[in-house]
Amino acid sequence: MALMQIAEPGVFTSDRRQPMRAVGIDLGTTNSLIAIVEDGAPKVLSDSNGGFLIPSVVHYEKDGDVLVGANAQLKVLTDPLNTLSSIKRLLGRGITDMARLGDKLPYEVELREGGMPTILTRFGPVSPVQVSSEILRCVASAGKSYFGSEIDGAVITVPAYFDDSQRQATKDAATLAGIKVLRLLNEPTAAAIAYGLNESEEGIIAVYDLGGGTFDISVLRLTKGVFEVLATGGNSALGGDDFDRVIADWLCEQAGIGPSIDPSTQRLVMNIARSAKEDLTRAECTSITTSGWRGVLSREHFNKMIDSLISETMQTCKLVMRDANIKSNQIKEVVLVGGSTRIPLVREKVNDLFGCKARSELDPDQVVALGAAIQANNLAGNRQSEEMLLLDVLPLSLGIETMGGLTEKIIPRNTTIPVSKSQEFTTFKDGQTAMTIHIVQGERELVSDCRSLARFDLRNIPPMVAGSAKVLVTYQVDADGLLNVSAMEKTSQVVSQIEVKPSYGLEENEILRMLDDSIRYSKNDILIRNLREQQVEADRLIEDLTSALDRDSDILTENELLSLQKSVADLRIFRAECTDHNELSARISTVAKTCESFAQRRMNKSIKLALAGQTLEELEKG
Amino acid sequence: MAITMTEAAQLHVARNLSARQKGIGVRLGVKTTGCSGLSYLLEFVDEALKEDRVFDVGTIKVFVDPKSLLFLDGTELDYVKEGINEGFEFKNPNVKNECGCGESFHV
Repeated sequence: MALMQIAEPGVFTSDRRQPMRAVGIDLGTTNSLIAIVEDGAPKVLSDSNGGFLIPSVVHYEKDGDVLVGANAQLKVLTDPLNTLSSIKRLLGRGITDMARLGDKLPYEVELREGGMPTILTRFGPVSPVQVSSEILRCVASAGKSYFGSEIDGAVITVPAYFDDSQRQATKDAATLAGIKVLRLLNEPTAAAIAYGLNESEEGIIAVYDLGGGTFDISVLRLTKGVFEVLATGGNSALGGDDFDRVIADWLCEQAGIGPSIDPSTQRLVMNIARSAKEDLTRAECTSITTSGWRGVLSREHFNKMIDSLISETMQTCKLVMRDANIKSNQIKEVVLVGGSTRIPLVREKVNDLFGCKARSELDPDQVVALGAAIQANNLAGNRQSEEMLLLDVLPLSLGIETMGGLTEKIIPRNTTIPVSKSQEFTTFKDGQTAMTIHIVQGERELVSDCRSLARFDLRNIPPMVAGSAKVLVTYQVDADGLLNVSAMEKTSQVVSQIEVKPSYGLEENEILRMLDDSIRYSKNDILIRNLREQQVEADRLIEDLTSALDRDSDILTENELLSLQKSVADLRIFRAECTDHNELSARISTVAKTCESFAQRRMNKSIKLALAGQTLEELEKG
Repeated sequence: MAITMTEAAQLHVARNLSARQKGIGVRLGVKTTGCSGLSYLLEFVDEALKEDRVFDVGTIKVFVDPKSLLFLDGTELDYVKEGINEGFEFKNPNVKNECGCGESFHV
């Protein structure tokens, strides 16, 4: 361990006297929440309007003010271009993803080459990170008024499928809002913690999250307090709003309201639909009154209307279980998250599918924030009893590109984070002075099948013979799953490093697909890998021989020279055509054998050169 | 429950204390930081905390708060020289895992 000196008192005692003001923040697509732990129990804080749910909506006012939450939501219909909602869908996304979503968005997106996408408002272009930071600032102010002073740190939840870019963007948004991020926590993991499921030894847990506009299903495996995300799936455009729309459509039809209605009537109808839906979670039927029409909607009828939508989520659950390679009876607990899981039909179907009673004692809107608060409290060291640090794991392996476009895994998937690993690499060519470090994510053998995260160059390597430079590459993943890579040439100590910054996002199911592919193509991948390795080997031999023949052709007879040149040329052709690694490997050893005597003579020649003109005495003196 | 010190460590703590010209002893503790979860703390004590456990090691008073003691029970404080580096080292039997740099540990 590192050696220590005795420090002046201070750090420790001040830590203890003032418990850390740590909060949990659920930064949601539709709504955001903030929770704290008070006297050992988590609770959600209400904002200045007295509500627990703070709409994740930001409005840019004419007079230069920024409205967040319920006040901003009022402007959605009247000033859509300056009122940004569902910004989480864009957070950490690159230009390509944005271009795909572009025409579906109700506001103007500006895509600049090489930069982060921005949204055009009357404030000028704003980035999703900036918008998210406004939401976080508003949410944190609820914490500030609770504590009476600034919060010290926060655990912020993110969807399990968020990749490095999206996580980094979330962290950036928090930094911009002046919030210290204690850790980013996966939403399903937070829900499981809220139910205290991390205290049992192990088991498989499913988290069914049906919110206002998104559906997510995650399967987690708990081993000794560590949650590992086995699989995730979902639909980013399915949620409670769709149920409202179904009722609204039915209502319009019944009441004879035409298809082209003005926005205010439309909003009225949607509001009636929503309250009807909410009534039906408690009552068997509800009466509806709208512009001269009265009617009754029964729960049975409502169930029929939404049946296909809910069945769709069940299909996704089945797919995800298949991806995770588990059966429903292996699932120990199911946790319900999101307001729409209050609907009786949803609960019924979830219970049926998983064959057990889903956990729903906690408010499904609050459960993620509550879990985040518990985690924040633990991380801040405020918990009285034995401390338990919850660990996360890497969803995909992190690797580096090596010669031949192959992936060398530096940190395998499912490694618990934080983690730091190093590996030594060397140069391929004589006098090589730079090296490109290409960081990739994924399970496949070829770089082209993995996801490229970043690349950077290590320059100023002193020129050396191929293979003698020692480049130490270190991958470090912090507690939030963010990656820092550094490369150092050991003899010269030149260093270069990079932090993986937002580039572009992964599709929701991309991680799963990448894992699936790695299994599906594993055999083929290994074959290609073997072949590439032999190709690199062949290239090295060709390179070596060519340079040796250039330099030392004088020690060969003409015939020998011709025959060696021919075998190099042949090998070059064979390398380009051959598709079987065994054949190529055999050919390489044959060629290597034919030049053995040449190599020996070169060695002798260089020794002779070194010794030439020196007497024995001189040599002995050294 | 016990905390011990090697002779070298006692000597150096005593020297440090007299050089500082104030203080009633040293505090051993753990903090929740570092890359592997917990890290050690070693500091002078001017004023004991109410909940502190106090150990007399030779002529030196060692203060440990009860929470840290859970992680430190059985620890021997040593003073070592490693090349040109010298300093205190915690020999803690509770440690299951250390991070690469040795800054932090895990129980």
